[in-house]
Amino acid sequence: MSKIHVQCTINGEPTEFLCEARQSLLEVLREELGFTGTKEGCNDGNCGACSVTVDGVLVDSCLILAAEVQDKTVGTVEGLASAEGLHPLQQKFLEHASLQCGICTPGFLVASKALLDANPNPSQHEIRHWLAGNLCRCTGYDKIVRAVLDAAGTAE
Amino acid sequence: MRDFEYTAPSTLREAVKLLSEKGEAARVLAGGTDLIVQLRARRFQPERVVDVKNIPEVNELSVSPRKGLRIGAAVPCHRIYADEGVKEQFAGLTDASMIIGGIQIQGRASLGGNLCNASPSADSIPALIAYGAEAEVIGPDGKRKIAVEDFCTGPGSNALKPGEMLVAIRMPLPKNNSGGHYLRFIPRNEMDIAVVGAGAFVELGGRSKTRVFKSARIALAAVAPTPLLVAEAGASLEGQPVTEETIAAAAAIAQEAARPISDMRGPAEYRRHLVGVLTKRALIGAVKRANGEFVPNAVQSNGHPVYQLS
Amino acid sequence: MTDHGETTRKGGEIRNFGTQTYKVVGTRPIRHDGTDKVTGRAVYGGDIRLPGMLYGQILRSPHAHARIQRIDTSRAEALPGVHAVVTAADLPDTTGGRIDLGEGHADTKYMRDNILAGDKVLYRGHAVAGVAAVSLHVAEEALALIDVDYELLEPVIDVETAMKDSAPLLHEGLTTTELNEDTGRKSNIAMHIRHEMGDVQQAFAGAAHVAEAEIRTATVHQGYIEPQNGTASWSEDGQLTIWTSTQGSFTAQKQLATILDIPVSKVRVIPQEIGGGFGGKIPVYVEPVAALLSRKTAHPVKIIMTRADVFESTGPTPGSYVRVKMATDASGKLVASEAHIALEAGAFPGAEIGAAAMCVFSCYDIPHAVVDGYDVVVNKPKSAPYRAPGATQVTWPVEKVMDDLARQLGKDPVAFRLDNAAAEGTRRVDGIVYPRIGGRECLEVARDSDHYQSELSGPYRGRGMAIGYWFNIGLKSAVTASVNADGTVHLVEGSTDIGGTRTSVAMQFAETLGLDAADIYPSVGDTSAIGYTDVTGGSRVTYATGWAAYEAAEDVKRQMIERAAILWESSADQVEYSDGVFKTRDGSKSADFKQLAQKLEDTGGPVVGRATVHPDTGVGGSFAVNIVDVEVDPDTGKVDILRFTVIQDAGKAIHPSYVEGQMQGGSVQGIGWALNEEYAYTEEGRMANSTFLDYRMPTSLDLPMIETIIVEVPNPGHPYGVRGVGEASIAPPPAAVAAAVENATGTQLNVLPLRPDRIINAMEDSIPAAAG
Repeated sequence: MSKIHVQCTINGEPTEFLCEARQSLLEVLREELGFTGTKEGCNDGNCGACSVTVDGVLVDSCLILAAEVQDKTVGTVEGLASAEGLHPLQQKFLEHASLQCGICTPGFLVASKALLDANPNPSQHEIRHWLAGNLCRCTGYDKIVRAVLDAAGTAE
Repeated sequence: MRDFEYTAPSTLREAVKLLSEKGEAARVLAGGTDLIVQLRARRFQPERVVDVKNIPEVNELSVSPRKGLRIGAAVPCHRIYADEGVKEQFAGLTDASMIIGGIQIQGRASLGGNLCNASPSADSIPALIAYGAEAEVIGPDGKRKIAVEDFCTGPGSNALKPGEMLVAIRMPLPKNNSGGHYLRFIPRNEMDIAVVGAGAFVELGGRSKTRVFKSARIALAAVAPTPLLVAEAGASLEGQPVTEETIAAAAAIAQEAARPISDMRGPAEYRRHLVGVLTKRALIGAVKRANGEFVPNAVQSNGHPVYQLS
Repeated sequence: MTDHGETTRKGGEIRNFGTQTYKVVGTRPIRHDGTDKVTGRAVYGGDIRLPGMLYGQILRSPHAHARIQRIDTSRAEALPGVHAVVTAADLPDTTGGRIDLGEGHADTKYMRDNILAGDKVLYRGHAVAGVAAVSLHVAEEALALIDVDYELLEPVIDVETAMKDSAPLLHEGLTTTELNEDTGRKSNIAMHIRHEMGDVQQAFAGAAHVAEAEIRTATVHQGYIEPQNGTASWSEDGQLTIWTSTQGSFTAQKQLATILDIPVSKVRVIPQEIGGGFGGKIPVYVEPVAALLSRKTAHPVKIIMTRADVFESTGPTPGSYVRVKMATDASGKLVASEAHIALEAGAFPGAEIGAAAMCVFSCYDIPHAVVDGYDVVVNKPKSAPYRAPGATQVTWPVEKVMDDLARQLGKDPVAFRLDNAAAEGTRRVDGIVYPRIGGRECLEVARDSDHYQSELSGPYRGRGMAIGYWFNIGLKSAVTASVNADGTVHLVEGSTDIGGTRTSVAMQFAETLGLDAADIYPSVGDTSAIGYTDVTGGSRVTYATGWAAYEAAEDVKRQMIERAAILWESSADQVEYSDGVFKTRDGSKSADFKQLAQKLEDTGGPVVGRATVHPDTGVGGSFAVNIVDVEVDPDTGKVDILRFTVIQDAGKAIHPSYVEGQMQGGSVQGIGWALNEEYAYTEEGRMANSTFLDYRMPTSLDLPMIETIIVEVPNPGHPYGVRGVGEASIAPPPAAVAAAVENATGTQLNVLPLRPDRIINAMEDSIPAAAG
């Protein structure tokens, strides 16, 4: 079967690629385009390590076909920091020691940014609810939740 | 997963053609949160996948006094629970659309997909049944409507014929003094499949101190091969006063109707026990909402909602 | 979940029992590898991409127990895009022998059979063949084209059945080793060990209070988020290079050399960032298959496990059956105890039965004790270490019995434990006599904590507490340190960094030299770049590799003093170094570290410090105490954790935030183990829940903040008083949670996990609990 030509925008950069229909966005990001910051933990939408945004909506990139992002904008962890420096969430994750092994961290950061974009002053419950689709096995979540509260300026 | 042809038509007519050409060898893609997992597990090995998200009709979400609520088959959960009209008039749907997977899943998964996937444990289907929803279907022979309670025909199978697709789900606007609630039991607080789910929609009459049920619809998840409308449980309430006793009696009928199995998500006996608990809670939640009282959804609930008649 | 807890605190409480204060040690700098990990730059094993790289996939047994009659790979090999297929026939002949994995041993034949099944498959998910192809999808398609004929055998999937004489045997050649002697008796019981001290029978006979518990725990998984991965490139000159996420690059090297029957010098393991391990990434799984495929194809080959593979084919922790009986005299002093511990090793022998037997009574001073331990094979994946392996299974029954005895004596559970706490000089049943330990201090801090002193009220709410122990290990570590011209130092260590140990090691180096943590650039070297270093396991890295860093810093200090002497035309004994400044004893000349570093070119060239350590005496064990409040929904049996506090002895917390992180992470894994996690098996021995969806690890929404109190009782066996902190925290949570649920519901629970349906059944079987 011939490959599909897809045009989209990734982290603000117009991008085009060829993919097979069966390739997920996650696979194309990692294996074809080199965006290996997006991680694969389960490949069935239950760990959130592959979280990205598509047209601003938080999704698991393992559960979207690459062909579906035609004309869409994709945001990955690589797009969080800028020439001015780290995103405040990234900075707070470092200050609060919110990562141990770090494999879930990109997914948590992308998800947390989507949360603060939608709800700049979340309560602790709202943070925990929003992040329930992101598994972390190292931290017990305490320091992650604190970092997000701190970044939002809503520490209770 | 085998490779397949990916198509993304922009009209219903085109989509029906693409589906009809391949019959059983074509699958519809909306949110993909079930389909992509099933493709990987080789449960389906289609030759063609028809992505319907470019079709305007399946992306519409509208609430109007005349036509009621119409949810395009591909409208993702996050749009449904963010919609003020849905929140106000169909709180039981908000309950359900908020607990399907996590936020990432809700960014993609649609109620249409949830319905077509026809899982016995689907969270949105009992809520849709409780609200008396109908599925709007299109196929080579034109359009037809199917009551949601008749849509699922077995675990993973539905009433669609080859070449047909779901366009939208619609339901009438609830009358005054009515309310709906859906809840499920899972061992964690999110990211689980319902061990049991229960949805209820009630319309009340009478004065505030002497409320009676004018009508009630109760539907269950994960206790039968398909999501289950327990019509007799709802019927038992008609004309009855709103009391713990009448609600308990309806819950007992629901327990009788349930035909649960044992699997790694829960033993059958425990599921039957839960049917009683959850049916009561769903009814109490629906009654409270009918009375204009606040019953929290998953985001609002920072604690156990109190399932007690006030 | 009512209230997730306060959120303003930046770091938790620390209670000091005699440790020093330092300039760097005990502070909370930002970790050195942090920026790479929050930007997505850090390279994990799965991120590797090499020119010409092929993708590998592994065919796994659909059956729990079967004899392989025939494997036909011809259809797979004919599929366009497939480069090679390998089976056990491609592995060198197995020979006898055992290799040391740091945390545990492995029999070499069993190790090879676990990489690719020989004549039998012993669990569902057992690897049968490997394929290398141009893409992941082609390799996966090829798996379906490999034809395997199986003769099905009856599986045995629980330890109690497996121990029966009538049980189907997994290994025809396996005979029971009884108290170190081979009995010649064919059985699934690989080993029976016993520790005994005093006269147990007599002590029980004279006891005033006796309590017993009989418990069962399910198989659970470490649940790291990164699946196992390995990329191999076997070059034409016979050199094998492996990129992998491993807890020990040298242990991986040793396993690969053994399995592939090549010299260790031919294997270079380049450790990548590792996405969690908790013990599960000590054994190799896919790396040898990738190596065989690379040799056969002359291409690099990468293999990444699927999540189902991780659950079904890597090493979970043993399910268990444990009986414990303990007794006190009339005053409440423990006089006797006995334990029967049976652990499911999985398909091959080697559950951590020795560790379980060491830990079972480790928290208490008991004069008469006996422990029987059984290592039993069952048709499940070969178990692997999981955070304090063996300790969690035995902590629950002991703590359950302790609560029972406290009730009989009318004593507060913490007070009763304090009356009987092990202390310096206590002899354990396995013969160890404790040096200074912090168990008593942890209990005192728990007793005095805000949490324990707080009131808990409300229906179906209950509080539980428990104490657990892990002994920690020392083993071997190597560190080198190169002084840069700007006065910074590049530090290379052999310990792979799972949770921030680059920083805890660098901080000890910085402290020793009077530098800032930010002046040190730590990195993890591959097996060709640093001396032999044991696994990141046993809570040893901050302890042992930290000690190596201390010694390497001392080495740098000695060399720098010599350079100062050259520079100042003095002698080394006339130069001293303190607070980051070198000066002559007469005070005439001085230079700080940075100034002197600029002069190295003129005084003999680079300064490279180095150290290797093997501190097997001096390792300090760690105790963890939990206090937990729960609320149970009496209608559904669902448990909510209302409040959770963990108190743990760190010796000295080098970086308190990461110590807290270990305490919190271990606690939450323990909560998952207590409440919902389990391998759910069908009768045919198939795991029915091999997804994160149905395995049910705790999410952020299932938890409150995890309150921590670090207790610092310095370890006399370490320059900075460090005890390992990685493991003890997982031992007490199931015990504490179960006690809280029992108190909330007025029931007795004997099986993990404490599933809601089990709680409802237990409540129906008992008198309803009084409110409050």
